[in-house]
Amino acid sequence: MDLNTLWFWIIGILFIGFFILEGFDYGVGILLPFFGKDDDERRIIINTIGPFWDGNEVWIIAAGGTMFGAFPHWYATMFSGFYLALVVLLLALILRGVAFEFRSKDARRGWRHFWDWMIFVGSLVPALLWGVVFGNLIHGVPINAQKEFAGTFLTLLNPYALLVGVFAVAVMTLHGALFLLLRTENALADRVRSAVKRLWQIAFGLYVLTLIASLLATDMLARPTFPILAALLGGAALFAAYRLHQRQRDGWAFAMTAVTIAATLVTFALTMYPRVMISTLRPEWSLTIYNAAAMPYTLTIMSVVALVFIPLVIIYQAWTYYVFRQRVTRKTLEY
Amino acid sequence: MDPLILSRLQFAVTTVYHFFFVPLTMGLAILIALMETLYVRSGNEQYKRMAQFWGKLFLINFAMGVVTGLVQEFQFGLNWSNFARFVGDVFGAVLAIETLVAFFMESTFLGVWFFGWNKISRYAHLATIWLVVIGSQLSALLILIANSFMQQPVGFALQDGRLVLTDFLALMTNPHVVYQYAHVFFASLTTAAFFVLGISAYHLRKNWDDDFFQRSFRIGLLCALISSPMSGVTGHAQGVHKLFTQPMKMAAAEALWETENPAAFSLFSIIDEENQRDVFTIRLPGVLSWLYFFEMQGEVPGIKNLQEEYVKQYGPGNYIPPVTLTYWSFRLMVGAGLLMVGLAGLGTLLVLTRRLTRVPLFLAVLVPAIILPYIANSTGWLTTEIGRQPWVVQGFMRTEQGLSPILTTESVLFSLIAFTLIYGALMIVDVYLLAKYARRAPEETRVGAY
Repeated sequence: MDLNTLWFWIIGILFIGFFILEGFDYGVGILLPFFGKDDDERRIIINTIGPFWDGNEVWIIAAGGTMFGAFPHWYATMFSGFYLALVVLLLALILRGVAFEFRSKDARRGWRHFWDWMIFVGSLVPALLWGVVFGNLIHGVPINAQKEFAGTFLTLLNPYALLVGVFAVAVMTLHGALFLLLRTENALADRVRSAVKRLWQIAFGLYVLTLIASLLATDMLARPTFPILAALLGGAALFAAYRLHQRQRDGWAFAMTAVTIAATLVTFALTMYPRVMISTLRPEWSLTIYNAAAMPYTLTIMSVVALVFIPLVIIYQAWTYYVFRQRVTRKTLEY
Repeated sequence: MDPLILSRLQFAVTTVYHFFFVPLTMGLAILIALMETLYVRSGNEQYKRMAQFWGKLFLINFAMGVVTGLVQEFQFGLNWSNFARFVGDVFGAVLAIETLVAFFMESTFLGVWFFGWNKISRYAHLATIWLVVIGSQLSALLILIANSFMQQPVGFALQDGRLVLTDFLALMTNPHVVYQYAHVFFASLTTAAFFVLGISAYHLRKNWDDDFFQRSFRIGLLCALISSPMSGVTGHAQGVHKLFTQPMKMAAAEALWETENPAAFSLFSIIDEENQRDVFTIRLPGVLSWLYFFEMQGEVPGIKNLQEEYVKQYGPGNYIPPVTLTYWSFRLMVGAGLLMVGLAGLGTLLVLTRRLTRVPLFLAVLVPAIILPYIANSTGWLTTEIGRQPWVVQGFMRTEQGLSPILTTESVLFSLIAFTLIYGALMIVDVYLLAKYARRAPEETRVGAY
């Protein structure tokens, strides 16, 4: 494996980490206004992800940063090309981040209500838009000979990419619901439990649709890397998630939706490899891990840093989940 | 309005705004870590309450820093894609390393610190805040290494129209960053010190015998006494360094049009940028030379002479930064800095002679003085970034060359307005919440849950 391939997969791992971790906390944010009946319950819901969301968000910052360092042209083309979509995404993330912190700082109903909806919007919009962004990445966008995006904002809002966006929202919501089952109890947990079936049906339906659309809209089947196998694994995991949930194995069910998310991203990665931005204008104008990359010297140094620190990050973040393994209850809030 | 002007404005707004929150995060983390260390070592619950009270304010500030930092990570690609392509090999690599090494650490352990008060042992809990400190310092250091590369490029080669990294060690030990990091480090401690002093003064004015705020006040004062003069010393050292690496910036900061030996220091100048002259000026002869060389002589290059030199070196063009802005930013920074040194000195004098309670005006002044470090921090960055213009990477890329070529006016106008409105609204909320929690009695501080 050459350095460029290594970096393709390191960035892939960062995205996978991001979608699994931030996936459930987006899901929790989306579910917040619907499942918290009173302020205490809404606080419980928020506090299930309280200690984690910030650390989770760093995965996307790391993915963006490493993209900049390892594949400057990918970073430059994608961010300038997807300008409006990413600006809206950033605005949503800004509101979401401060909402967690600000909500509890004032007891007025209107205040808390407002920030609850900011958490909802700030979770829904990024989940949708990241899906749209990845839908466009795998589908391909107009990239010209100068490595520049040659479309408009509307180019990005094609039906296929929007479908991927909606699929992302559905899976993350289900993933978040299963997470809530692990971290809450009693009436709140019961209400979430009763919604899992419906959430799963929506997610699985969208999985099937997205899979079919992907076979038609992308060159997935023509790739020598068999992305279809990863896609099917993702579907199998999604199926297993529900069966495990029915048998009250919610921890395993949650692990299975994590596998679905990971497998979906691996599907994207295998379809795209070795391309990072697929040009719909001419195949040879696509950005690849070679023509978009930094020099080997830079990649070597970054590799050393990444191979030491990413495992370390995984270890200490895993420790934080161990520290906060207990369920959040009304009593926790009194502390 | 073309995308270039709008993008520059957007970068200025978002970056200055982001840096409202960064220094307090960096500095206050250290003070909180020290308070918790005192608690763990002495068992005195008062220090635990201090860490929690200041920690609450820290978190409100931290959230703003994080979300505005997201914009920083992405806007080099959004608006400055040609810059990103040109320096990605060097600059991007440093940002990448920053996220992996520092930002993960800072964010993850801060979550554990705030929510984990009764979940882990006292020592483990103390370790988490120190890891936040290490993370935030490493983060600042690496970001400044990236910025230093734009001020004084080192460890690279120009290859196929872009800058590529050739010497990682040289990049990490850029002489510029040594000065810059030291300056930012002490400036951030000063920011935290005046934050703690101002809020403590507010409470002490109401109740002089409040042990909690007396202790906080003393910690803040000691910190201010050390860090505010050190900000000056390190800042000055940076200025001397830049005389040799970025003389144009220093000439603009002093509004020195002609090369002089001995060079005069401008106390006050009304500048006519168009005709490259002063309308009115008060100058102290020889003092500028003395500031740079510690003697009343020594050549200091002027703007016009440097312009001629640069035309020879880089070809025709205007290599003069906006002089008025640079000059006044620099003076505001130095003025605010000197004021803080004065306040720290005066406060120490009053405490040592036990006269603090007899001068209520002093405590009253400390409350609005919270703003001083913010003025100095912002104008400091304005000086160094505006003074580098027209370059974005000194000597290699002009700012307009770094712009994303495909941006439309409408899209940048949209983002600029959206960021400005949201940032403005959040500033109001942030200040409201900080003021609300700063006024509260420490006993009311709750931690461990949102």
